[in-house]
Amino acid sequence: MAKTTFLDAIRQAQEEELERDEKVFMMGEDIVCNVFGTTTDFAEKFGLERVRDTPISENGFIGAGAGAAMVGMRPIIDATISSFLFPAMDQIVSIIAKSRYIYGGQAKLPLVIRSCMFYGNSNAAQHSDRPYAMFMNVPGLKIIAPSSAYDMKGMLKAAIRDDDPVLCFEDSTCWMNKSELPDDPDFLIPLGKGDIKKEGNDISIIAVAGAVPIALKAAAKLEEEGISIEVVDPRTLVPLDREIICNSVRKTGRAITVDPAHQTCSAASEISATIVENVFDALKGPVLRVTTPDTHLPFSPDIEKPLYPNVDRICAAARQLMDARQTVSA
Amino acid sequence: MSQNRKNDRDLEKYRRMQRIRQFEDLAESIHAQGEIPGALHTYAGMEASGVGSCMALRDDDYMVGNHRSHGHPIAKGAKLRPLMAELLGKKTGVCSGKGGSMHLSDFSVGSLGETSIVGSGVPVAAGAALGAKMQGTGQVALCFFGDGATSEGAAHEGMNLAAVWKLPAIFVCENNLYGMSTPVANAVPVKDLADRAKAYAMKSFIVDGQDVDAVEAAVLEAAEYARSGQGPVFVETKTYRYADHAVNMGRDLTPRGGEEHEWKARDPLTLYRDRLEEAGVDGAMLDTIESEIADEVADALKFARDSEYPQQHEAFTDVFVDPVPMPAYLRA
Ligand SMILES: Cc1ncc(C[n+]2csc(CCOP(=O)(O)OP(=O)(O)O)c2C)c(N)n1
Ligand SMILES: [Mg+2]
Repeated sequence: MAKTTFLDAIRQAQEEELERDEKVFMMGEDIVCNVFGTTTDFAEKFGLERVRDTPISENGFIGAGAGAAMVGMRPIIDATISSFLFPAMDQIVSIIAKSRYIYGGQAKLPLVIRSCMFYGNSNAAQHSDRPYAMFMNVPGLKIIAPSSAYDMKGMLKAAIRDDDPVLCFEDSTCWMNKSELPDDPDFLIPLGKGDIKKEGNDISIIAVAGAVPIALKAAAKLEEEGISIEVVDPRTLVPLDREIICNSVRKTGRAITVDPAHQTCSAASEISATIVENVFDALKGPVLRVTTPDTHLPFSPDIEKPLYPNVDRICAAARQLMDARQTVSA
Repeated sequence: MSQNRKNDRDLEKYRRMQRIRQFEDLAESIHAQGEIPGALHTYAGMEASGVGSCMALRDDDYMVGNHRSHGHPIAKGAKLRPLMAELLGKKTGVCSGKGGSMHLSDFSVGSLGETSIVGSGVPVAAGAALGAKMQGTGQVALCFFGDGATSEGAAHEGMNLAAVWKLPAIFVCENNLYGMSTPVANAVPVKDLADRAKAYAMKSFIVDGQDVDAVEAAVLEAAEYARSGQGPVFVETKTYRYADHAVNMGRDLTPRGGEEHEWKARDPLTLYRDRLEEAGVDGAMLDTIESEIADEVADALKFARDSEYPQQHEAFTDVFVDPVPMPAYLRA
């Protein structure tokens, strides 16, 4: 079977769901012209009613997605780059996350907000955000951050069929990752289920989004040094599959969380706290975080690139953990 | 319209305005005694704006409102019991006790929320109008918001979107002269808020918000226009709130300049009652309506008082379709 990219997995998922359910429609800025390749030929195929270019008005059209969802539509909102969610914070947090709750279950908001995380390529601080953790602090939003084309397709399809609002964070460092994709139109990966990307015995590396492929590379290198790594990909951040994480750490006794987000209150922080609270007795050392430090992302490539989690930093953390000694922060 | 149907409709307008006024008067008094927790923003004085607007809609038309939420659902025909129970935080409340005074939203009468973030309902209404348009249902979505909300970006983004997509939306700006303590002139550089609509090439009306017939006529025309696919309409209702921004705060935050006497002299209920009587409606019949409503409101309060409070685990439902876990320490 031919392999397909992460980007094309997004396109396929949307195309299949647009075909399956006439209530599904898309809106966002410049989607008709198909900037990233996730809406190829959609305008021709589904028409401009269902594939809508919007004004540059995130708070407006993301809020409109909520209204449309409440009256029976199933919008897929393409917010392009995740930094552009910030102007729509009001609608996402106060309307989308809370409407079902404050109206005592009277509202249903089946909508998906997609955005890519466009970091690591000299786009400077305002275009390089990985903001899922900010939204994890808001109850009422499901959050997915797949790392492979396979997961992307199955999870995006599940998100579109889900009756709750889902934020889909698409890591642009994964865009060209390829998988074999099932063409079963009902191929779905349930939200809230993590995945063991590689089994191992010595250390659990719980990696998020674009950190997963890096963790897998680090695992291969560490295996050569005789350290056996298990790589856990939560895939969904809300609801978080705490069980798969805790079970893995209970087995290995060591944990590193890897997350491209800034360190403070990152997904890695939440995962670390979960481990410490639940499997403290099994731990042979501290839970380490490999994240992006709490500074902004500079434009100049030489000083931008080393800020993100990379193979060397993960390997260093792993070696540190295998030392029986108590360690300082990675 | 036959004379009989017109009479019924006129009486219904009076009935709904009475329902709002008496509901608000009672709510304010029990709030003063501590029976209603939280802030209470009442709609007294603005009844004609809500009732005139909603009477112009179809039952299945959508409506989005704001923090001053009590009048909107009553105007659209909601039953009082679940509304009063909500104010008291009861399980039988329209929002199961999770919304309270700022969120009296009854989806069974077409409401899609009463949102307390100023201006935030406008994009939602635009989206509901989009959904109605895409599904070809012929429904319109009406959004109530205040003068204060016209300075929020969300309101402008929602109006722009509705205008550029020619959505069947009606934006009813209830200009009650103040946003909390701020006179409209200190917040907005135009005299008529309907001028805001010009930037979106949007049809607009300015109406006497104390005259329920005038509001109804404007919104009827707006609804017909919007429903026929010509695009959204902005309706500014010039009105006045009698109570402070929120009641029982100890001091009036509203820097009134004596205008309250003029406005109260044009009370929407009195104006309408006089008009009905002039047109030959029997005053005794209107008295009967008033006492029936008094009974309804008293019944709603009794129902609310007799109702149970929600259980702790209900704080964990409706976050998503499936409940979220409740921590063990709350289970006791
Ligand atoms: C975004 C936001 N900012 C501030 C507030 C606090 N606030 C609540 S109501 C209000 C005044 C609103 O005025 P207006 O829109 O004219 O409605 P009115 O209360 O007069 O009916 C303010 C400032 C809020 N709820 N939301
Ligand atoms: Mg006001």
